[in-house]
Amino acid sequence: MIGNDRLAVRKTYKLYVNGAFPRSESGRTYEVTDAKGHFQGNVAWASRKDARDAVVAARGAFAKWSGATAYNRGQVLYRVAEVMEGRHVQFCDEVAHAEGLSTSKARAAVDAAIDRWVWYAGWTDKLAAVLGGSNPVAGPYFDFSTPEPSGVVAVLAPQQSSLLGLVSVLAPVLATGNTAVVVTSKERPIPAVTLGEVLATSDVPGGVVNLLTGDAEELGPWLAEHADVDGIDLTGAPVSRAMEFEREAAGTIKRVIRPPATEPDWTADPGLTRMTPFLETKTVWHPMGV
Amino acid sequence: MTHVLDPDALPGATPAVHAPLPPYDDVIRSDSAFRAFLHGLPGVDQVGAEARVAQLGTRSIKTTSKAWAIDTAISMVDLTTLEGADTPGKVRSLAAKAKQPDPSDPTTPRVAAVCVYGDLAGVARDALVGTGIHVAAVATAFPSGRASRAVKIADVRDAVENGADEIDMVIDRGAFLTGRYLDVYEEIVAVKEACSRPDGGAPAHLKVILETGELKTLDNVRRASWIAMLAGGDFIKTSTGKVTPAATLPVSLVMLEAVRDFRIATGRQIGFKPAGGIKTTKDAVKHLVLINETVGPDWLHADWFRFGASSLLNDLLLQRQKLRTGHYSGPDYVTVD
Repeated sequence: MIGNDRLAVRKTYKLYVNGAFPRSESGRTYEVTDAKGHFQGNVAWASRKDARDAVVAARGAFAKWSGATAYNRGQVLYRVAEVMEGRHVQFCDEVAHAEGLSTSKARAAVDAAIDRWVWYAGWTDKLAAVLGGSNPVAGPYFDFSTPEPSGVVAVLAPQQSSLLGLVSVLAPVLATGNTAVVVTSKERPIPAVTLGEVLATSDVPGGVVNLLTGDAEELGPWLAEHADVDGIDLTGAPVSRAMEFEREAAGTIKRVIRPPATEPDWTADPGLTRMTPFLETKTVWHPMGV
Repeated sequence: MTHVLDPDALPGATPAVHAPLPPYDDVIRSDSAFRAFLHGLPGVDQVGAEARVAQLGTRSIKTTSKAWAIDTAISMVDLTTLEGADTPGKVRSLAAKAKQPDPSDPTTPRVAAVCVYGDLAGVARDALVGTGIHVAAVATAFPSGRASRAVKIADVRDAVENGADEIDMVIDRGAFLTGRYLDVYEEIVAVKEACSRPDGGAPAHLKVILETGELKTLDNVRRASWIAMLAGGDFIKTSTGKVTPAATLPVSLVMLEAVRDFRIATGRQIGFKPAGGIKTTKDAVKHLVLINETVGPDWLHADWFRFGASSLLNDLLLQRQKLRTGHYSGPDYVTVD
């Protein structure tokens, strides 16, 4: 009975919130097609209340994630890359469909995405040395500065690059010890759903990453105004509304990454530019003995 | 009027305690009569109760109704701290919060009462003078209730002397589960007497905690509710908050049906206080819906309904801020307590 007689097992693409895979509380879904317009699946369409729940989850997870040692965070993030590697074929297939890439180009994108996780994983325990340090002060004090995570960061993920772009905006938020609420690409959300499954099975505590499939234009204002969100990355926001989101974010003095005019080339060396915005600098003055 | 056939009743064996309101004045004439009365109460359909509350829980309360519900719920909160680590300072800060729950918005209503252990009732009293906010104290060897009656009575008198105008007592669950219902009854009567003030002032209100999580069945919840009401309790309260499960909706439904039936039969209205496990605005609104649908709007007032809660108030304030400002608020904008 194996073969064409077998009933198709269709997948339900759901959100990833607080370590679980709920449907949208609104019950909404939307149809996702591949680059050629063929039906790919019905995907949960997150509402503002899902975003609210995700922020609560991210806030709840923050103490443990930011309190973990940098070394431990690096180990956990490296583990994510390991588990992604095990899903390599699935990611290639989904990225190829979502972005309309050839097999070899999709493979290159997935390779780059996994390598990017590894790269950011390596940074967790080096940030303090690179971005912090001791400060020479005119007084009998040992004075040093260390970077600390801002808190809950909302990420509007890139609309074009479904996996490499997503990883490139998400990993720096996590590596620095923040927790994330991510609104995925609207048209190309399926690799993000799979990434959620990877995160759920790779030692990342529930709530540290929350993935909402849906519309950045709809959820953006709620996240930008939310008083319990400490930073927002507007990379995937519609350029026409980014200014408005930034103004709303100013109400609670959020850290903001502005969207580029066009989506950048994600294969380029990322540098530190995505890690520094969501870090606060703590400076300690310690009296020196004689 | 005799409710049950009672072969054991001896003539003249009526206990010398406060008799319940008619038509129930004869049900406590003996242990067996009382047991027969309580076991003769209609059984509770547990599946039906769960289905009923599940259905009422789906009511959608939005916009102006939600705003009203939040303000009403805030005005019904018994703001509670019952920790071994309570200090006079903590009670004073709680009292300050009771007076002005949200300093960013002076239109926020005050809560109904502050609920503390008896030895701190005086601190709460001094902090709340002239505000109209009640001081509730837990007593009778709260939360276990495992002490001799003399100790419990002394505990109550002490709390009343310290300035409590509401006493939250626990029933003797051991006696209840053993079937010594009359003991439970007599103890409540004795505590009620201890709530009176030596100077002739208004006696403290008595809330009777059934600790429903330890009573196991809804039938027991109904029986315990009736014992408390017959004995003269002013409020019946679900739980101490120290035992889970605490105030679940089916338990609340059964207790509300009991106060409804009691008023129909005797004309006396008894208040209801769910406590423990009510943490979100949604839970609170579900309770308000349950009251309105079970006993009616007569109970939708802080004189007749209270929430025993500590973390609930912050969630109510967050929801209130959301309605006022149009954006989601966060725990940084309410007090840490």
